[in-house]
Amino acid sequence: MAQEIDREGVRRLIEEGAQVLDVLPARDYGEDHLPGAINLPIRRIEADARRVLDRARPIVVYCADSA
Amino acid sequence: MYDFRTGIQDWMGAGLPTEGTNAERPRLVHVVRRNVPTCGLGERLGDVRDRVVAAGWEACVVVGDARVVLGLLRARELQGDPRLPVERVMRPGPSTFRPFVTVEEMRRTMTDRDLASSPVTTADGRLVGVVLRADVVHG
Repeated sequence: MAQEIDREGVRRLIEEGAQVLDVLPARDYGEDHLPGAINLPIRRIEADARRVLDRARPIVVYCADSA
Repeated sequence: MYDFRTGIQDWMGAGLPTEGTNAERPRLVHVVRRNVPTCGLGERLGDVRDRVVAAGWEACVVVGDARVVLGLLRARELQGDPRLPVERVMRPGPSTFRPFVTVEEMRRTMTDRDLASSPVTTADGRLVGVVLRADVVHG
């Protein structure tokens, strides 16, 4: 179960070397994404997550907003 | 695994840096005027007008608890009967915009809708400030 985190928490985790995962469509990701974020749209997560992500490091996932 | 639930819009709305083709574009968070006068529903219009004029503004945002935007008093509303409560005079439920909106997009919107000013709020409706047309035309 993912732990909810706020903006300051994200900044702290980024400084500590966490992986940041942007699940928005590629076009949205191309326009704006968090610094260093990896793009993996939701429909590709199941197929590609194991290949793209390092399970030994913390992972922060985000979308557009909470809606 | 961590869920950044409020997402990139919250991040950009706070003026934090992003990467991407839009990253260098100025956003409302960079031009919003945070010192806009505010008032409550039950205040007397005449008292609010005096305060707005003294502050050098021509608009006032009507807010409720936690600064949630309820309405707007622009120049025309401020000239109303000073004895009336704000609630009877204000423009309720104004269009609001998020801090992450680009200045370029806001310029188009304010021109298309002929807006002199617009409130900028968080996703849950809390006031951040006001953008004037001059801020986005020259921004």
